Amino acid sequence: MRSHEPRSTSSCAACKLLKRRCSPTCIFAPYFRSDEPKKFAKVHKVFGASNVSKILIEVPEEQREDTVNSLVYEAEARLRDPVYGCIGAIALLQRKMIELQHDLALARARLARYAANYSTGVAGTELDRLTMTGLGEFLVACGGFMDSFNQSSSYQVNQDAHMYDLTQIPYVYHDQL
Amino acid sequence: MNPSRCAACRYLRRRCPPDCIFSPYFPPNNPQRFASIHRIYGASNVAKLLQRLPSHLRTQAADSLYLEAQYRIEDPVYGCVGLISLLQQQIHDIERQLAMTQAEIAFRARHPQAVEGNLLNNVGNPSFSNQASSWFM
Repeated sequence: MRSHEPRSTSSCAACKLLKRRCSPTCIFAPYFRSDEPKKFAKVHKVFGASNVSKILIEVPEEQREDTVNSLVYEAEARLRDPVYGCIGAIALLQRKMIELQHDLALARARLARYAANYSTGVAGTELDRLTMTGLGEFLVACGGFMDSFNQSSSYQVNQDAHMYDLTQIPYVYHDQL
Repeated sequence: MNPSRCAACRYLRRRCPPDCIFSPYFPPNNPQRFASIHRIYGASNVAKLLQRLPSHLRTQAADSLYLEAQYRIEDPVYGCVGLISLLQQQIHDIERQLAMTQAEIAFRARHPQAVEGNLLNNVGNPSFSNQASSWFM
């Protein structure tokens, strides 16, 4: 007669996917509940369970939840965009920041012209010239910021393509989770 | 020992076949690049990912994987997501400054006769800009 071992009803999502017994000290259990199977599946697909385990063991326990959340974020980004993953998002944000800095510089220059026009009572063309020269130098410096990111990482943003848009999915796996 | 093995096959201590998926992107002169990627993703996951991509996109994929792996090695808790959070915060700050400046411009446009003396000193001053913003609205 076969003995029936009591089946654990509290296996975490990781142990369910890995088809193993979920021990009381399972490193995944606190962060991958059984009612969220896709969360672990994504992380496992990108990083692998073994690598996730090593990363979690390396960090203090109080930081493991944040670690899991960032791993899930990265895994989702990589599954959405297998070519660029999170690096695409970073490039997009840096480009947006440069554009906003440019807009802010223009707005401040315009505000300064208001002040100058009032105080001088004239069109302030000399101040305009000086302001726009300074603005031009600032914009060159902003361009250098993006260049230094590219150089230091030896990674070229796909600039010959259309603007990278997180609302679009440039390359989609049809069989992704 | 085959001196022309790619960095991946050297790391994995195996023969490097002519159609090795790793060799175009992990040259033997940069062993640390594959070591970083292997540490975070594992060879099997990287091979599967590269194989599923068209060949003209694999260089970018290998480069971005390497960058993300480096971020994760330097910051095991947040990886590159820490940088994303920082950038989002910085963008939020700049958008706030831009909105305040634009509000002041609108205020100035409607009230050119207002006292100008301290206007530039108040750019970025939240209490002054809130006054201007609230009037504008």
